[in-house]
Amino acid sequence: MSTVNTTALTVFVLLFCFITWLGFVASRWRRGNLDHLHEWGLGGRRFGTLITWFLIGGDLYTAYTFIAVPALAFGAGAVAFFAVPYTIIVYPILFVVFPRLWNVSHKRGYITSADFVKGRFGNRWLALAVTLAGIVATMPYIALQLVGLQVVIGALGVAGEGWIGDLPLIIAFVILAAFTYSSGLRAPAAIAIVKDALIFITVFAVIVFVPAKLGGYGAIFAAVPPQKLLLAIPGAGTTGAYSTYTTLAVGSALALLLYPHSVTAILSASSGHAVRRNAAMLPAYSFVLGLLALLGFMAIAAGVDKLPEYAGGFKTFKANFAVPALVLQMFPSWFVGVAFAAIGIGALVPAAIMSIAAANLFTRNIYKEFVRPDCSHVQESNMAKWMSLIVKFGALVFILVVDQQYAIQMQLLGGIWIIQTLPAVMFGLYTRWFNSWALLIGWAVGTGLGTWIAATNGFKPMWPLIIQGFGIPGYTALYTLILNIAVAAVLTLLINLFKLAKDTDQTSASDYHAA
Amino acid sequence: MTGPGREARGGWYVLLALQFVLALCVPFYNTVEPTLGGMPFFYWYQLLMVLVSALLTAIVYFATERKS
Repeated sequence: MSTVNTTALTVFVLLFCFITWLGFVASRWRRGNLDHLHEWGLGGRRFGTLITWFLIGGDLYTAYTFIAVPALAFGAGAVAFFAVPYTIIVYPILFVVFPRLWNVSHKRGYITSADFVKGRFGNRWLALAVTLAGIVATMPYIALQLVGLQVVIGALGVAGEGWIGDLPLIIAFVILAAFTYSSGLRAPAAIAIVKDALIFITVFAVIVFVPAKLGGYGAIFAAVPPQKLLLAIPGAGTTGAYSTYTTLAVGSALALLLYPHSVTAILSASSGHAVRRNAAMLPAYSFVLGLLALLGFMAIAAGVDKLPEYAGGFKTFKANFAVPALVLQMFPSWFVGVAFAAIGIGALVPAAIMSIAAANLFTRNIYKEFVRPDCSHVQESNMAKWMSLIVKFGALVFILVVDQQYAIQMQLLGGIWIIQTLPAVMFGLYTRWFNSWALLIGWAVGTGLGTWIAATNGFKPMWPLIIQGFGIPGYTALYTLILNIAVAAVLTLLINLFKLAKDTDQTSASDYHAA
Repeated sequence: MTGPGREARGGWYVLLALQFVLALCVPFYNTVEPTLGGMPFFYWYQLLMVLVSALLTAIVYFATERKS
């Protein structure tokens, strides 16, 4: 830990220099006027099927995923594989629901999901709720990307006292901020291609060479303690680990596409057809993610946590150090550089898209809606560029002054917060039966209760629900969403019954289908 | 988009719903046997379902895209 791995560091720095250059020249790619927000913040909605595949893949499968999912397998075992069913069921949802969002956004010039909610229900306060949920849920997500970056920088042996120790992270952050400001969404789109190529190379090298060194997959799984190999079979009177596993998968899948960075990547596609094609092509990444989860078991089989040279890393980064330690143990230095660059660049791509998405939300749905309704498109676009810097700076400060543990807890809360926008956004794409004030109250109830449950459970994502003595433990986000929907439905019935209020809909039925 | 065309499309969409069943039938796949190349059923089944689901989505895409 204390000595710098020079070869690996050199490869790492060279690859970083390359993507920095790429990030800046990307502003000239499929050139558009970056003084317009749909050009800076959505790449002009011109990305075809393949670029969209790289962009959404680079966006959803983040550095933190590559570190945390294997770390969970390493520490907790089989439950980490929930990431696989989660990423299976997310694509039918993408296929059916989100081309509708693309179509209506394209026709009405919407840039964010809150734009859509405003147009659909004519209620700026409901749109504000969607905006706040999006921004607040995104911030810790960006912070987590920086955690991923911190882990690989630490594993390269770069360390120091005080602010010197944080310098590499600050440099990486400045690079990220600069190219995002100048090139907008085109930068992460271009860099995502490099990132994905590096990730695919790394993963395939690992799944071929590491099992060969460890004596095959049979030997790897034999080294995993039996209680980690499968989910615990539930006892009497509870659905136990089974409902935990399924609700985590379903809740995460429903939440994922509602995140602002998902919406931004989806809306930047050139057509709803490109989105549909991607639903069939994106599982390639899910397959890789499943293989990556197995790295946690490989780390168990290699016993890296018991080797003295990695003791420092495990002490600092806990189970998150499992993958870096495995790579250091099994591969020559130059390849360590490639693998760590894959993770590091894998942090920058989503961090860039997330900051752009949060900036789009702030600019469109707070600044333009509440502060300067008459702002020009240049002012709008400049505001978003500055906002992307502020959002990233906030995430950097967060990670430098707050314990990592809090970022992870905030992320769990983020899932609970963002999923509460589902009724307004996803149901809204199909029906405007729901009253906007009922949706707003449902949102507030779901958000408030979800936050309270998490806070009183030590920020664990699970809620030990018990109905008449029968336990159905599950993901808090999913349970509070059900309550949110129930509240919104009952209040809508009451409001309609007494004819208290009526929403105005800017969209028409044909907007939701391809032209 | 209305009438019989829409019903035919709806039929294909069952293949999308099927993916939820395949991915979430935890009690069915939470076993070690049969192993594949040393990998317990729990793991290789779910990895296989990723590929099966992608295939199902592709089938629905081609079936519904031609009709519309």
